[in-house]
Amino acid sequence: MSATDLTIKPTSEALLKTSGNAGVRPPRNYAQFIRWMLLFGGGILMVMPIVYMLSTSFKFPFEVYNLKLIPEEPTLENYQLVLEDGRFFNWFTNSLVIAVLTTVSNVFFDSMVGYALCKFKFPGRYIVFIAILSTLMIPTEMLVIPWYLMSTKLGWLDTYWGIMFPGMMTAFGVFLMKQFFETVPDDFLEAARIDGLNEFQIWWTVAMPLVKPALAALAIFVFLGNWTAFIWPLIVTNSQELYTLPVGLTTFSVEQQVEWELIMTGAALSTLPTLVVFLIFQRFIIRGVVMAGLKG
Amino acid sequence: MATVSIKNLVKSYGKTEVLHGINLDVADGEFVVLVGPSGCGKSTTLRMIAGLEDITSGEIHIGGELVNHREPKERNIAMVFQNYAIYPHMSVRKNIGFGLRTSKASKAEKAARIDEVAELLSMTDLLDRRPNQLSGGQRQRVAIGRAMVRDPSAFLFDEPLSNLDAQLRTQMRLEIKKLHQRVGNTIIFVTHDQVEAMTMADRIVIMKDGHIQQVGTPYDVFHKPTNKFVAQFIGAPSMNMIEGSLADGIVTLEGGLQIPIDTSSTHRGPVTLGLRPDDLLVSSQDGQFEGQVNVLEPLGSETLVYVSVAGKELIAKASGRTPPVLGSTIKLNAAPENMHLFDSATGEALQ
Repeated sequence: MSATDLTIKPTSEALLKTSGNAGVRPPRNYAQFIRWMLLFGGGILMVMPIVYMLSTSFKFPFEVYNLKLIPEEPTLENYQLVLEDGRFFNWFTNSLVIAVLTTVSNVFFDSMVGYALCKFKFPGRYIVFIAILSTLMIPTEMLVIPWYLMSTKLGWLDTYWGIMFPGMMTAFGVFLMKQFFETVPDDFLEAARIDGLNEFQIWWTVAMPLVKPALAALAIFVFLGNWTAFIWPLIVTNSQELYTLPVGLTTFSVEQQVEWELIMTGAALSTLPTLVVFLIFQRFIIRGVVMAGLKG
Repeated sequence: MATVSIKNLVKSYGKTEVLHGINLDVADGEFVVLVGPSGCGKSTTLRMIAGLEDITSGEIHIGGELVNHREPKERNIAMVFQNYAIYPHMSVRKNIGFGLRTSKASKAEKAARIDEVAELLSMTDLLDRRPNQLSGGQRQRVAIGRAMVRDPSAFLFDEPLSNLDAQLRTQMRLEIKKLHQRVGNTIIFVTHDQVEAMTMADRIVIMKDGHIQQVGTPYDVFHKPTNKFVAQFIGAPSMNMIEGSLADGIVTLEGGLQIPIDTSSTHRGPVTLGLRPDDLLVSSQDGQFEGQVNVLEPLGSETLVYVSVAGKELIAKASGRTPPVLGSTIKLNAAPENMHLFDSATGEALQ
């Protein structure tokens, strides 16, 4: 909004007169200016780590602790090193397989549970819903020990399944999908019921296409969450072949020194799939997040 | 095509009984309209026929077969919903064909059937559109098409016209009626609009508070209402009701006015005299009632006249061309055979 098209209210006119300077903008614009500065500052804070990540990935080791954004001697050697290191591709594949499978599982099962909780009237459904929601209050750090014991007992340590199982369904996803299915009118489902579809078909062919934005939002959340997951994959895996990307990248630092330039290069490369996912689903996600906010 | 027969139908939600033993027989090919104020149980009745609500007690027969425990899809009925319930992610063709998904017919047969229905509803050129490219009336036609495509034994309509604007509603009303005359299926239609009920129905079922008040042809419910509720619900503006008491064929109204009445009833005591505005004519000479004109509502072909008679406001109809003057005193006349008499205590009509 430009300064000229603001209408000045009587109250702010009085303030203007006291300032005695014709060039002074209406006070409302100071507020606007401060808002912009705050947002700008916030933006910088969020972008800086990414900029440093990119910058460091083009630096030689001697320059890593120099905080200049533009490397004095830019190099692609790090990329070469990381990409030629077979382990990187191994970890990348592990992360991709796990993130994709977990995402598919969440989109399928979370929406199924959310649908059942939203559209089927059965005794105790409120209690079930609250029980599922209450698991959101338990932090991952506390769940890690029981997960670990479970994995040991069932022989899931150091397997894909072991890495994936805690995230195959999430309470957040169930909650999100339940809220979205509230927006699907019952008439749609009843019409399908009269037309002879069974409950699974109704969910799949009628209800699911109507909540696509929510499914896309959920897919992004879950994919990002699993792509960047660190603690659990670190604990459940022993062999380097099963490391996920975030876990694998830390091994660049276990030798004599922390090889930041390699870690940053790996991190920069690992953002690519998330970028792709976001580009595919972005037209849904904003709508999804806004709607989730409204409903929540 | 089938008969629908309802016997002693009761519906309770927990301890609250919302339908108190409904009995209704719908003949094969009949167009029956359930009408009543909101919360009267008309939609619940329809949904129970469709199988979307459980039956607490009583029986529903479709085509002579008991369907109480059958799934909606096994009842061979089709339903059209208030918000159309056509799927936004499917084309019109897919929407109409949706009802055939579970049918065993071949693809070609299904396509032919869809085309046939589209033809019947003059929608052939809309088949490849999405619902968001259609007007409200077209969407409703798609919903009707989807219902027709399976050739069900009965159509159930749940307030299908209430989302349309007034002009479109009149048009769709006519279309549905024509469709029924052409196809001849049994139709049960729910509405809260008495005009829709009057214009479309072969028979009207008027409901209130989970009870059927009257079942009859539009002529019956308008001219021979069985109680005060029906008399006031059907007809717009609604019937004038004046309290009084009956003795020996003469009604003495609250203001002391005495009206001789054409009745064979031996009832004595408090009664309500009902007069339709249409039957209360502005008269230049004689009239049972005399009062001052408070408000005039010109409707074009006629004028509604609000007249205060002995402290009570009555609505009468006058000509649209020569309405009475506002503030003037006029006389109103009603033929004795057009007067309705109700027992004030029970609300039932007296003959």
